[in-house]
Amino acid sequence: MATTHIERRKHRPFSIGRAAGWTYLGIVLVVTVFPFYWILRTALSNNKALATDPSSLLPVDFTVEAFRRVLGIATLAEAQAQGGNVAGFDIGIYMRNSVIYAGVSTVLVVLFSALAAYAFSRLEWRGRNLVFGVLMVALMVPGIMTLLPNFVFIKQLGLVNTFAGLILPGALFSAFNIFFLRQFFLGISREVEEAAIIDGAGRLRVMFRIIMPMAQGPIVTLLILGFIGAWNDYFWPLLVSTSGDEVRPLTLALAVFRQSAPGTATDWAGLMAAALIAAVPMFLIFMIFGRRIVNSIGFSGVR
Amino acid sequence: MAVDVAPLVSTRSPRGGRVRMSVSAAHRGDARMAWLLIAPALLGFLVFAVYPTLRGIYLSFTDFRVIGDANWIGGANFVRMMGDEVFWNSLRVTVYYVLLSAGGVIVLSLVTAVILHRLTTSTTIRSVIIIPFLVSNIVAGVIWTWMMDSQLGIANELLEAVGIPRIQFFTDPAWAIPALAAVTVWKGLGYTTILLFVGLQAIPVQVYEAGRLDGASEFQMFRRITIPLLRPVLAMVVILTIINCFQIFDLVQVTTKGGPENSTNVLQNYIYSKAFGQFDFGYASAISLGLFLIMLVITFVQMRLSRINESDTD
Repeated sequence: MATTHIERRKHRPFSIGRAAGWTYLGIVLVVTVFPFYWILRTALSNNKALATDPSSLLPVDFTVEAFRRVLGIATLAEAQAQGGNVAGFDIGIYMRNSVIYAGVSTVLVVLFSALAAYAFSRLEWRGRNLVFGVLMVALMVPGIMTLLPNFVFIKQLGLVNTFAGLILPGALFSAFNIFFLRQFFLGISREVEEAAIIDGAGRLRVMFRIIMPMAQGPIVTLLILGFIGAWNDYFWPLLVSTSGDEVRPLTLALAVFRQSAPGTATDWAGLMAAALIAAVPMFLIFMIFGRRIVNSIGFSGVR
Repeated sequence: MAVDVAPLVSTRSPRGGRVRMSVSAAHRGDARMAWLLIAPALLGFLVFAVYPTLRGIYLSFTDFRVIGDANWIGGANFVRMMGDEVFWNSLRVTVYYVLLSAGGVIVLSLVTAVILHRLTTSTTIRSVIIIPFLVSNIVAGVIWTWMMDSQLGIANELLEAVGIPRIQFFTDPAWAIPALAAVTVWKGLGYTTILLFVGLQAIPVQVYEAGRLDGASEFQMFRRITIPLLRPVLAMVVILTIINCFQIFDLVQVTTKGGPENSTNVLQNYIYSKAFGQFDFGYASAISLGLFLIMLVITFVQMRLSRINESDTD
């Protein structure tokens, strides 16, 4: 990439248009990244001192107390002294809940979608195209239509405030995942599969031993995109996880934390520390899979 | 749509008679296996997509309030909706928000994608602008309420530094929707830019070279080459962005909760407050159905207008 860059520079000398273009991109990048720096700067500030120097680019009265507060290792007296939120914020529990919710629902839905996609692409049966078409209609129905009735249903099943209630509605079926994987499966050569079948391998064996390993790339893509989606999900957990902390995921806890402590000044430093910790798993995924995420977005646009 | 269409084409080669025999032998028992494999997905589809959709439509004709039974009340909910000032206000607010945010996202990401495409193919830059897409609307809302805080926010500090009076971004009814739209643009810009960038990459370089040889300026090439050839991708991006913006909820919940004075009471927020604030599920379902129909009409009109499956090159 570096060489093409230099070659281009040689070809095209400095021009006002190019300079303007780079200036624009520079501004976009700064506006994109600056808020993340600002969370860090605020999180490392003393909450009470923040008001004294709101425009300081460095943390005001540098301290890691906000992180200690949010991680629940500061005493109540310490938290109050820092202008902290008195109500506890047990980030460990919320983090665990988010991992379970996002992890389990994503793995299950990708697995079930892969099984269905296999049936729609590699098996020959009557009604295949009809059933596929009917399932794809679900791409059109917006979340809001199904949310309220789904909530009523989950409530009737007695699954409010349980992981089952949180995970179940999204764990079985995703029209987009099935569509996405089916496209990929259709492209895999038939010969490999048929050779295995002639050698006496069963359908499931072919699926898990041949097709799934060959489809590793698309499957990982769906796992990443699904995990990001579920990790950031808010509306459904808001409905299902109504009381207490047992199953409440991090995004929801963060919103509750934002709205608590009425009457007192907002604990901005603590809130920023919590937001930063909530975003850390996403940053890790980004560092490991950044390029894959960028490349898969072009494809996921079909959604 | 060049990006998306490729995998739609089956790569199966035409088979000869001899192969077909072995294939049909290999496919013995496929039907039973197929139904077994799609069973979980089909179950999820029926139980958590079809049934709730039908039930939602049914509930919108009832006075269901969670406690007690649902009584059929015909079109009363819809009549009530027509005369509900708050509903109309919500609709106005939602449309205003969608125009600002979707308009902002589409225009800015088109500019960004084109400039990016003409200047560099750097994956690093594309990776950096995608970062806001990874965080939740909640985190985005928390960051920006802090940055746009009327007392301590850095945005107001900057305004003051250049001599502009402070703005009560989230507490002034006139500013609340523009502020929400700004956050939405910040969060959605990178994602949309990449979709458009991928579309731009599919345009053959030779077309631009020919244009340059004919003495076309960058702007002329943008109007005569980029926009027409990008139209299918652009149309898809426009629909996706509008539909997404119509579904705004979590950002509103963490920033304004619909206030001040209902100025950010978007439809989803109104539905939520009716259903879970007042347990008026029947009426909330009726508004949901209304929202669904609006989105359906937009998608349909947009597809017709943009002839989504065609490109000018065809």
